Amino acid sequence: MTTIRLTVNGEQHEAEAEPRMLLSDFLRGPLGLTGTHVGCEHGVCGACTILLDGASVRSCLCLAVQADGCTVETVEALGTPAALSPLQEAFRAHHALQCGFCTPGMLMTATDMLRNHPLTTEEEVREALSGNLCRCTGYQHIVDAVMAVARTRA
Amino acid sequence: MNAEMRPKHVGSRVPRREDPRLLTGEGRFVADLMGPGTLHLAIRRSEHGHARIMRIGTEAAAAMPGVVAVVTASGLAGALQPVHATSRMPRYQATATRALAEGKLRYVGEPVAAVLATSRYLAEDAAEMIEVEAEPLPELSDPEAAALPDAPVLNPGTSSNILVERVFGRGAVEEVLMGAAVRVGGRFRFRRKAPVAIEPRACLAEVEKGSGRLTLHSSTQVPGILRDALSEALDLPGHLIRVVAPDVGGGFGGKASLYPEELLVCALARRFRKTIGWIADRLEDLVSTSHGFDEIVDAELGLDADGGLAALTAEILGDVGAGSIYPWTAALEPVQVASFLPGPYRLPAYRGSVRAVATSKAPTGPYRGVGRPIAAFVMERLMDMAAARLGLDPVEIRRRNLIRPEEFPYKIGSGIVWDRSGFHESLEAACKAGGYAALREEQAKLRAEGRKVGVGIACYAELTGIGSRISAAPGMPINTGTETARIELDSTGAVTARFGVASHGQGLETTLAQVIADELGARLQDIHIVQGDSAAVPHGTGTYASRSAVLAGGAATLAARTLRAKVTEAAAHLLEASPGDLEAHDSRVMVAGTDRGLSFREVARAVYSEMGRFPRDARPELEASETYDPYFGTTASATHLAVVEVDPGTYGVRLLRYVVAEDCGKMINPMVVDGQVHGGVAQGIGAALLEEVVYDERSQIVTASLVDYSIPTAAEIPRMLVHHVESGPAPTLGGFRGMGEGGTIGAPAAIANALSDALGISVQELPATAERLFRATNL
Repeated sequence: MTTIRLTVNGEQHEAEAEPRMLLSDFLRGPLGLTGTHVGCEHGVCGACTILLDGASVRSCLCLAVQADGCTVETVEALGTPAALSPLQEAFRAHHALQCGFCTPGMLMTATDMLRNHPLTTEEEVREALSGNLCRCTGYQHIVDAVMAVARTRA
Repeated sequence: MNAEMRPKHVGSRVPRREDPRLLTGEGRFVADLMGPGTLHLAIRRSEHGHARIMRIGTEAAAAMPGVVAVVTASGLAGALQPVHATSRMPRYQATATRALAEGKLRYVGEPVAAVLATSRYLAEDAAEMIEVEAEPLPELSDPEAAALPDAPVLNPGTSSNILVERVFGRGAVEEVLMGAAVRVGGRFRFRRKAPVAIEPRACLAEVEKGSGRLTLHSSTQVPGILRDALSEALDLPGHLIRVVAPDVGGGFGGKASLYPEELLVCALARRFRKTIGWIADRLEDLVSTSHGFDEIVDAELGLDADGGLAALTAEILGDVGAGSIYPWTAALEPVQVASFLPGPYRLPAYRGSVRAVATSKAPTGPYRGVGRPIAAFVMERLMDMAAARLGLDPVEIRRRNLIRPEEFPYKIGSGIVWDRSGFHESLEAACKAGGYAALREEQAKLRAEGRKVGVGIACYAELTGIGSRISAAPGMPINTGTETARIELDSTGAVTARFGVASHGQGLETTLAQVIADELGARLQDIHIVQGDSAAVPHGTGTYASRSAVLAGGAATLAARTLRAKVTEAAAHLLEASPGDLEAHDSRVMVAGTDRGLSFREVARAVYSEMGRFPRDARPELEASETYDPYFGTTASATHLAVVEVDPGTYGVRLLRYVVAEDCGKMINPMVVDGQVHGGVAQGIGAALLEEVVYDERSQIVTASLVDYSIPTAAEIPRMLVHHVESGPAPTLGGFRGMGEGGTIGAPAAIANALSDALGISVQELPATAERLFRATNL
């Protein structure tokens, strides 16, 4: 077992993990942050996307030990049911989620993309989201929600 | 404001009540319930397509760290009865659903043994140490070979691999075909799909130590069906079993059946008196969740010289995998292909013969659209092939043959009856919205530049919201045709409504509340919807087959009306007014045209808490339970229009435009309806272009990751234009028609037609991968 110290959503955490433990399992288990979902465990679906030192990554493709000393942001950092963030509000207004399972990863990818890319066209938004699978929505309302937020930044 | 002018919730784009929790990571999915102390189950699965089990060695696994138990079929003897999906259909052979394989292995991925351990990591370590010695038997990979009389038989207790055989039809088909002016036909192949909900299947069972009461939390669409099946399998009364579907991360039919893992966690939780959970990884999900759409159809269509349909004949061979899935049976998909093949057209003579053949592959089950995507693909290709032969425009041949408004109700050759639906209206609306005439001009121009652009049209009709007249799966002896709503006003004036449906993304917590708000006269925020829980109502099945808006919406309407009458009656007594002078709205009962009235809270307080307000023998009951049965169900229909461009170098396909015009009757929440159409179309696009579960000739599955089984991303899906047509009132209570599956039904057919148009070929195998398109065009 290894002791891992990291900052998650602005709070310091310290917990034990086996060297082989995935970061996704570490966040969901020892840290109790079940908002990060696990959809494929081989880096394709993007449901487990988090921000690691500011960059969007698949937490199922990272080991917990790799996050030692790092700063992590998960969906729990964005807003609360009573006070949704602007991106979350846009998802609700545009009906950008159905079952909600891919949603946390979709939100974290969109957060990274909105922070770092202009996203001025629909094609750019679709490209930006193309690493996250959604099986419910056909993506159109997700694209609309992200474009709406992108426009408000201008 | 009078009642007619007051804004209605039904028909409004009400934001979903599910969203705040799901957007913030506060949803509760099964995997989120695995707390400390939960024992994790890992499953050792068959690596053989067909083999006899010789020995299962468990000693090494049992000695691994953290392992509590290793279980095989013999260790479950007495704890569980196998479950059989039975059918009233003649010439049907039932097969068993077991928790763990007994005697034989029938497909790669079949559960052989299970490990219980203190963590998922340790359980999976130990599962690898189980030694399965098996003697290989001839695999049944090709369904046509498996159907031959001398083929090895996969399922013990069956006399052949043909699990169902049936013929539908009417008219002198051969005679009419012989006399037809034009005949078109051929072999059509729709390849096997996986539902791929983004949440893999998962389940968790716990036993209350004091009472022995078992609760199964499962990522399922059908908690009521599971409760009833578990009652039989475990020989327990229903009050000792509760099945809860918490937040469920998509289903699409893949979570609408009973699975071995659900039987296992229940049996083991009872034996060990521990909470036991299982979470599939993606590999397990791809090899063991029911597949769908694996059909071979040999079809021929005859027409008169004016392009009028004369006769259709089809031989349908369904590759159903290892056996019948519970409760739907192996008949589900192939029989639905035959049932829906005639489509929305006037067709005097039809014969469809069906065989469902067992092969050494994962069992098939319901997948969004069930049979109808294949039926629409075949029929709509035949229509275009016929149009080309006759020199007719694809739109014109459909105009000539679609059932006209005055011809409803119309019984098609398989026996299904279409009620009034906007067949023609949808076709015209799709052409208008898509700018069909201009599209053809633009296409001609682009073609002259050497670009491979094609336009495809597809029309279909389906039966939704099916009532008790027929089962949702042909011949299945369980009732899927009723839905019960129990609504109560509690002592605080709040409303709780309970249903047997189980939302897995449809937003039923919102849409059913919209229906109740209007019918009861309550504010949305005062209404709580309980669903996805077998304890909610005495009998429930779940959410599948485009049934929930129609059936639960109907039950909600009935129960809310009954409760409204009771609340009004009680208020009339308190207000010393006549019930006829009162109206309920915004959670208040008011004397019409005045500001005199009582809130629901005040009525409830008077009824429940204020002693003496009502005579002893006239105390009101502020609750209602009503069951709705649409009996036949109702028709939903649509036209899809797709524009594609094929890259002449790579044969990669780009969708340039996509239009859906559909008639789903009255919409409860147009935003939710649009979302269902978009999602369905995206799955249809995947089915048409990308998705294929591949088994090799030894029945090894070679597409067991999302790299090899690829589903569409935002980059492959075009912007869709959805146009709603309302041809007339649906015969259902509330006027709702089911629409959860339609997108997936129309898209493969429309895209196959568009690709055929683009390349001057006949696309008869889906998915139309770049390789298949290249071969069809060049070889």
